[in-house]
Amino acid sequence: MNKRTTARLDMVLWGVLGLAMIAALYLAFVDAPRERTMGDLQRIFYFHVAAAITGMTAFGVNFAAGVAYVARRDRKWDRLALAAAETGVVFFAIVLITGPIWAKPVWMVWWTWSPRLTLSLVLCLLYIAYLLIRRYIEDPDRRAMIAAVFGIVAFVDAPLVWFSIRWWRDIHPAPMLESGGIDPAMRPAFWACVASFELLLVYLLRRRCALESMREEMERLERLAG
Amino acid sequence: MTRLWAVFRKDLAIELRTKDALNTMLFFGVVVLVVFHFALRSGDVDPRAAAPGVLWVAFAFAGTLGLNRMFAVEKENGCLEGLMMMPADRGVLYLGKMLAGTVFMLAAEAVIFVASLVFFNLTVWGELPWLGLVFLLGTLGFTAVGTLLAAIAVNTRMREVLLPVILFPVILPVLIHAVEATALILGGAGPGELKLPVAVLAAFTVVFGTIAFLLFEHVLED
Repeated sequence: MNKRTTARLDMVLWGVLGLAMIAALYLAFVDAPRERTMGDLQRIFYFHVAAAITGMTAFGVNFAAGVAYVARRDRKWDRLALAAAETGVVFFAIVLITGPIWAKPVWMVWWTWSPRLTLSLVLCLLYIAYLLIRRYIEDPDRRAMIAAVFGIVAFVDAPLVWFSIRWWRDIHPAPMLESGGIDPAMRPAFWACVASFELLLVYLLRRRCALESMREEMERLERLAG
Repeated sequence: MTRLWAVFRKDLAIELRTKDALNTMLFFGVVVLVVFHFALRSGDVDPRAAAPGVLWVAFAFAGTLGLNRMFAVEKENGCLEGLMMMPADRGVLYLGKMLAGTVFMLAAEAVIFVASLVFFNLTVWGELPWLGLVFLLGTLGFTAVGTLLAAIAVNTRMREVLLPVILFPVILPVLIHAVEATALILGGAGPGELKLPVAVLAAFTVVFGTIAFLLFEHVLED
């Protein structure tokens, strides 16, 4: 793909993303009915769950890119892995901030060590560790390889953390989608939020990869000049 | 197999000659026990409830020191390059280091455990075999992933400082089940209740042992 096509694609993506976000905001705040017991507070659910799903997507991308890097040793996979880890941490920061805001009035506590909460927190910690490792390795090829190895370890660890805590009882609301517990009138808002967050993820990944590739190019030129 | 044995014996020989790591691990483990006594104000809490958590925190801290030391030694004298010339799969190097790390940790754990019996006023004769099994499996899980991450940490600019930061989030499932299992044993639970944590600890060791065995060569500097 040449540069102009890429730039056009980004512009189109940006436009679609903008429209999707406005639509999602309208659906979540205006169109979706008010929840019977929690009132408007429940509306945070649309963003909270969408951010969690998108963050998990990002970490999945990080894992896949890490495996691809170990197999192929192509730096483009490393750039994608880095972009995915950073955006994943941001999405989980959203999850960890919106969660307690909802939990305090509903559960009467900011935090509880249930599997879902603990996993979100541990995922955040794991990928911050991933970013720390990257920061402290100078050589780009070694950094890419070691980061890929740690990314693989982190992603495999996630289900183990989950099941380890599952042992104790869970007070977190069960996934509504599996049980079909979500009211049909709320579904458009929910799926619009998920779709726009996933689009945002794609957009951010593309921009971050482009930025990283420019940064690498600059480093290479600096080395040539120095 | 002979090569695995050679790596294992080499690490053991270095340690037995200097006893640097082991002494530090023991001492630090006991210090952690003392610190926790005051942090928890142990006079007020049931020792059988507090001991499992405190013990495993002490083990984990001591283990982190030991793993760091095991790779720092190689780094200081450029020994890792020599080891990498060994005519064997790099995974063998991983296994040798992992087994040596496990032996050091178990040795340190034995002393820390005895100290904790004194500090917490515990009597555990009947529970000893089960405790031994849980300590062994928990330690294997810890070193399975710890050896890989120690090799990663020692290759960064931050060196040893980074290990606890990257290791503890990963090791969480091991800590959870090891603490739970220890608590069950001290609480007088039968072997039946130990099945789940013991199975999880074993599974963790196998899963991460395999991943580390496969990926270890990639984290070593070429």
